[in-house]
Amino acid sequence: MTIRFHYFANPTRALRVAKTLLPFSLAAMSVLLGWGLWLALYASPPDYQQGEAVRIMYVHVPAAWMALFVYIIVAAGSVSFLIWRHPLGELIAEAAAPIGACFTALALITGSLWGQPMWGTWWVWDARLTSVLILFFLYLGYMGLRNAFDDPAKGSRAASILAIIGTINLPIIKFSVDWWNTLHQPASVLRLGGPTIHPDMLWPLLIMAVGFKFYFLSVGIIRLRNHVALRRLQALSLLSSDSSSLAAVRLSSVAPFFAMGGYAFYVWPAYGVTFCVLAILFARSAIAMRRNEAAVQRLPSPQSVS
Amino acid sequence: MIALGGATGLILAAFQDNVTYFYGPSDLRAQTKTVGTRLIRLGGLVTPGSVHYDASGTIQFTVGDGKAEIPVLYRGILPDLFREGQGIIAEGRITDDGVFTAATILAKHDETYMPPEVAGALKRAGTWRGESHDKSMRPKQ
Repeated sequence: MTIRFHYFANPTRALRVAKTLLPFSLAAMSVLLGWGLWLALYASPPDYQQGEAVRIMYVHVPAAWMALFVYIIVAAGSVSFLIWRHPLGELIAEAAAPIGACFTALALITGSLWGQPMWGTWWVWDARLTSVLILFFLYLGYMGLRNAFDDPAKGSRAASILAIIGTINLPIIKFSVDWWNTLHQPASVLRLGGPTIHPDMLWPLLIMAVGFKFYFLSVGIIRLRNHVALRRLQALSLLSSDSSSLAAVRLSSVAPFFAMGGYAFYVWPAYGVTFCVLAILFARSAIAMRRNEAAVQRLPSPQSVS
Repeated sequence: MIALGGATGLILAAFQDNVTYFYGPSDLRAQTKTVGTRLIRLGGLVTPGSVHYDASGTIQFTVGDGKAEIPVLYRGILPDLFREGQGIIAEGRITDDGVFTAATILAKHDETYMPPEVAGALKRAGTWRGESHDKSMRPKQ
């Protein structure tokens, strides 16, 4: 039992910090996403050439940024786990990966909804889109590989190695629009020479991006707590079958004042998909965490300190 | 792991053709013979003043990159963003006489975003640079 105690020692300390942080993170997320949504859908101007369709940018770009950012977290956690045997790194990577997969899927879906009216196609196999699709497969591969082994330690190792190898894809994604001729246009924000977005549109974009960051922090903490609780239950073979009910959170569709300049067919599904996916991910994570932490509380052993 | 790396390398190598998503007009001029009758993509800016519709509804225009121009023929629906001075990507075939017959036209927009009033003000002030400052639509050398 002493070995188990050492295993959980570091994560337990980190967990205490995470628990204190969670309410603030949730508050920041709500304020920023609320403000960002108001700006994105209402209080920002249309684009001189894209019209109202440009509003998809306010969910597509933050999702894409998060897809890359979360992968860095997964890779960093994997490195700390493989090289320094840090258990917290592994837990963080495991907790973060599904969130990154969701963001990548959202980037692809909202991008597709944006591409059809603007470019004239739902999809092309250019360097940018293809490399982001590969990123999505990397996330899925990471999550699948981890569960593919009977021995969870082997699974963690294999998944961590995959995550590290896949890091080469990140500069390819970022610079694909510069290195090759692509349909996807070059960067508008993180580029030499400064942003090429007007401030009235840049600010909503940045606010949404930071809001998405706090979403990731919040759901990441929730999933981390869930995984730590799960490990304790598994260690004591107390895990019941995973009969989590899927609490689907549906957004009621808003009656359009917003024909969105004729692009309603694309803009509203883009926002709908984004917030449905984010809400479902949040709900599932929170429900599982509640259930598993409650089960840990009920443990008779003196180590059940949360 | 080595197999994974090797497979990735082979896939990337196979994709080299696709990785370059389109040829510019100068690139295409230089290799009309090697291209033959393959389906290829041509990317560039629609030359202002070059857009004509003929009697049968076929649209003709030229696509340029600042150095060379290639005439394009197309029948079909154009994307919303198609207009003179706009970046486009045409998918189709080029014939020996140097005319590109397009099966599909996609619009490519640059990385600039601004409200319509700001664009209008820039145009009135004469400092409007338009889509032509998208450097991916210019020759690479």
